[in-house]
Amino acid sequence: MRNLLWVIPVLPFLGALLNGFLLRHRIGKKAVAAIACGTVGIAAVLGLLIIFDYLGGPEHAAHQGFEQNLYEWMPAGPLATAADGVKSFTVPMGFLIDPLSAVMLFVVTFVGFWIHVYSVGYMAHDDGFQRFFTYLNLFMGAMLLLVLGNNYVVMFVGWEGVGLCSYLLIGFYYKEDFPPYAGRKAFITNRVGDFGFVLGLFALVSTFGTLRYTELFPRIAANPSLLTGPGHFGLTLAGFIAVCMFVGAMGKSAQIPLYVWLPDAMAGPTPVSALIHAATMVTAGVYMVVRSNVIYQLAPSISMFVAVIGCATAIFAATIGLVQTDIKKVLAYSTVSQLGYMFLAAGLGAYSAAVFHLMTHAFFKALLFLGSGSVIHAMGGEQDMRKMGGLKKHMPKTFWTFVLGSGALAGLPPLAGFFSKDEILHSAAAGGHWILYAVGLITAALTAFYTFRAVNMTFLGEFRGTHEQEHHLHESPPSMTVPLLVLAVGAVFAGFVGLPVEKWNAFHHFLEPVIYRIAGHGAEEHATSALFNLVLLGVAIVVAFGFTFLAFRLYGAARGLSTDVAMERRFPAAHRVLANKYYVDELYDKTVIGGAWALARTLFRFDAGFIDGLLVNGTRNATVSFAMLSGFFDKYVVDGLVNLVATVLDGFSRVFRRLQTGYVSNYALVLAVGMFALVAVYMLIYRG
Amino acid sequence: MTFLTAHGSDLLFYLFAALTIAGGIGVVTMRNPMYGAISLLLSFLSVAALFLLRSAEFLGMVQIFVYGGGIMVLFLFVIMLVNLHRLPEIKLFGGQSPLAAVVAVLLLAFFGYFLIKFQFGPALVRPEAFVLADGQSLGNSQAVAWNLYTQNLLPFEIASVFLLIAMVGAVVLGRKQ
Amino acid sequence: MFEVTTTHYLVVSFLLFTIGIFGIAARKNMITVLMSIELVLNSVNINLIAFSYQLSDLTGQIFAIFTITVAAGEAAVGLGILIALFRLRETTMLDGAVELKG
Repeated sequence: MRNLLWVIPVLPFLGALLNGFLLRHRIGKKAVAAIACGTVGIAAVLGLLIIFDYLGGPEHAAHQGFEQNLYEWMPAGPLATAADGVKSFTVPMGFLIDPLSAVMLFVVTFVGFWIHVYSVGYMAHDDGFQRFFTYLNLFMGAMLLLVLGNNYVVMFVGWEGVGLCSYLLIGFYYKEDFPPYAGRKAFITNRVGDFGFVLGLFALVSTFGTLRYTELFPRIAANPSLLTGPGHFGLTLAGFIAVCMFVGAMGKSAQIPLYVWLPDAMAGPTPVSALIHAATMVTAGVYMVVRSNVIYQLAPSISMFVAVIGCATAIFAATIGLVQTDIKKVLAYSTVSQLGYMFLAAGLGAYSAAVFHLMTHAFFKALLFLGSGSVIHAMGGEQDMRKMGGLKKHMPKTFWTFVLGSGALAGLPPLAGFFSKDEILHSAAAGGHWILYAVGLITAALTAFYTFRAVNMTFLGEFRGTHEQEHHLHESPPSMTVPLLVLAVGAVFAGFVGLPVEKWNAFHHFLEPVIYRIAGHGAEEHATSALFNLVLLGVAIVVAFGFTFLAFRLYGAARGLSTDVAMERRFPAAHRVLANKYYVDELYDKTVIGGAWALARTLFRFDAGFIDGLLVNGTRNATVSFAMLSGFFDKYVVDGLVNLVATVLDGFSRVFRRLQTGYVSNYALVLAVGMFALVAVYMLIYRG
Repeated sequence: MTFLTAHGSDLLFYLFAALTIAGGIGVVTMRNPMYGAISLLLSFLSVAALFLLRSAEFLGMVQIFVYGGGIMVLFLFVIMLVNLHRLPEIKLFGGQSPLAAVVAVLLLAFFGYFLIKFQFGPALVRPEAFVLADGQSLGNSQAVAWNLYTQNLLPFEIASVFLLIAMVGAVVLGRKQ
Repeated sequence: MFEVTTTHYLVVSFLLFTIGIFGIAARKNMITVLMSIELVLNSVNINLIAFSYQLSDLTGQIFAIFTITVAAGEAAVGLGILIALFRLRETTMLDGAVELKG
């Protein structure tokens, strides 16, 4: 069974091939949907089967992963001997099943499948139905490559592939102006990050000559000194590699400073936001950091950097989310914020906490996005919450699933988010990083607040839209509500695999084999007392419920939008800053983008003016000069030769003309002389 | 007296040789062609005498007949025919006469060189060669006739044809158009 | 050298020949030129006879006869040409024979 591992990523690619090329414009929507959802569904089932097969197998028992290499993709031959004496660099096309990739596989295929189903309903009236599912399947294939690859190169292929699909799907409504721009913004920002990622890979190759996880990580663990020596730019080698790869994660997972693309990515269809920008693609950075944990453990300063960035991003995004009026934007900033939590955890060495939060976040954030999609669908495309309100009675299924998702996001027990978020805060507190803990706690408060602000504005109170919109309000079809229900189940129950008590934290134990513990490095598990844990738990619960309640108070039924209006009046400057997202986009525009455009313009001027001038004028001058030379040559040399011939002939003829005098006497004399000469020659030579 | 007897032929030779040369010079230098013709006649006759001195009796006679009696008459007729006008020769020896003189000198030099180089042995070793005709020693004429009609018959006939051609040619040329 | 040998005759022959050549080349009167030609032919005859005597061979004399024959024919034809030319140019000067057309 496990030998069919390679089939899992291939299936969605097959779906994309069929829908995108072979059967393009040839089959009806039902068939398209069947192919798209079918491939992902089968991949999901197959994934589960393979996971169980692996779990019962010998590799898992030995704390190893199961590898399947299809072929040697880049047999580049022996490089110089690596620092620890191993030669040869090859990159296989291969896949790996181990606890970490199993978790990712499950999340990606499960959530992906239900989002596919949801899209059938959501995109039912769109002309680009087949195109959408082609791209979606393509994305699934790339994402599966990313998480299942057994080496960094395959991961990178998937990394780039999901970036491409993100661009394709954000810009799905290409006929409008903004979506293509947003797609470009996403892709280019990603590429900036990818540059760093690739640098890190190069450094790894030059040091170890391999990029396969099962070869690389054990060797690093065995020779940590290879990476703790000096690297570049004042960092250790490990630090350099870690920061380079983290730059890639910054881009892909929307951390400061490369997060700016994610809010604009909401221009894409809502299922895209759910799948790519909540559940899967953006989590690729977290996956990568966790996968590379052995490197990060050898670079403690960079790990701390990762944690700080994550924490800063978390609170930064949360503050922006407070004043957003577009329902999807609220969720987008929320995603950035939650990703920050994951990196906070990863940076502190709590890798399993990060992955745990990744998993729970995938469920409830996908749920929230799909729910918002349902709302938007009912509102006929309206996304502004100020025009919503009181939708609860019109779409109860959507409402209740949305509430469950919001509760999970806010960290209300016993929903899933509570457990994962608490574990992260606990690891911060347990490690003595009180500032990080405090910021994280504040962020949690803000999260709860803005989440239920959104809930109230959307579903409760009076309807604030137009009459046509009110008439149009309806619950979504089953193709959309069933996935909501399924994901809601996940949002509720997924937390129970990671209970806060150590010996009951199944998730943590599950991921143990993937986390390297290098003696003398890395975050040791801090043992904390039960009291400590309980206090933390209590604080978390109080904060979460408290701010949720506050949100209800300020935005509840009667209040409506009045709080927003009042806040704006009382804190106009602060409001303006937040509403304009701290003017970060404007800053980038002026500096980076402006610089790039200026450079482009200069180069253009150089090209058009100098190069063209040089080439064009130069060619012209050269040709003209050559033509002139040619002309001269022809006129003086060639014609001169002709004239010379004529002159010579003329000279000769002048001489010879004198032979023909007409005088007989002349002829007679010449005759006599000639005869005389002949005889003389004869006589003198032959002597008579 | 004995000197004359012994060297009489030599003296005659010198006389006639001088006359020949004089006649020749006369031809070339006389302005009036009539005088030149007379000069030529003198030359011809002298040459005939020279022939006789060298045992070519027949030829001597032929010379007088043909040249003196035929050709000279012809010349004189023609001279008189065309000499009705004055003959102003602007320059007697103009044009290329210097060049011709040079050539003449060169020719003489060349001939002189060979004359000096070559020595001839005794002459007329067999005088009977000139009078032998059909094995008989008759006379020069007979000898020449016999030779002409036997050994050199072909050239003889050709000569006659040649004379015919010349005759016809002269007639044609002299016709009035 | 008083004694006359073949050489003396050759001297005469050569002299006459040279004079004749000179006459052909230098004189402008056509008649004089023709007469100079006769001189040349005569010189040749003298030469032939001299050698005939020297070698006791009759062939020389025979040859001389033919020379005389040719000279006669040539003189006739030459004078015919002269007459024709005289009729054309009204003069016996060779200048008239420089441009001959038709």
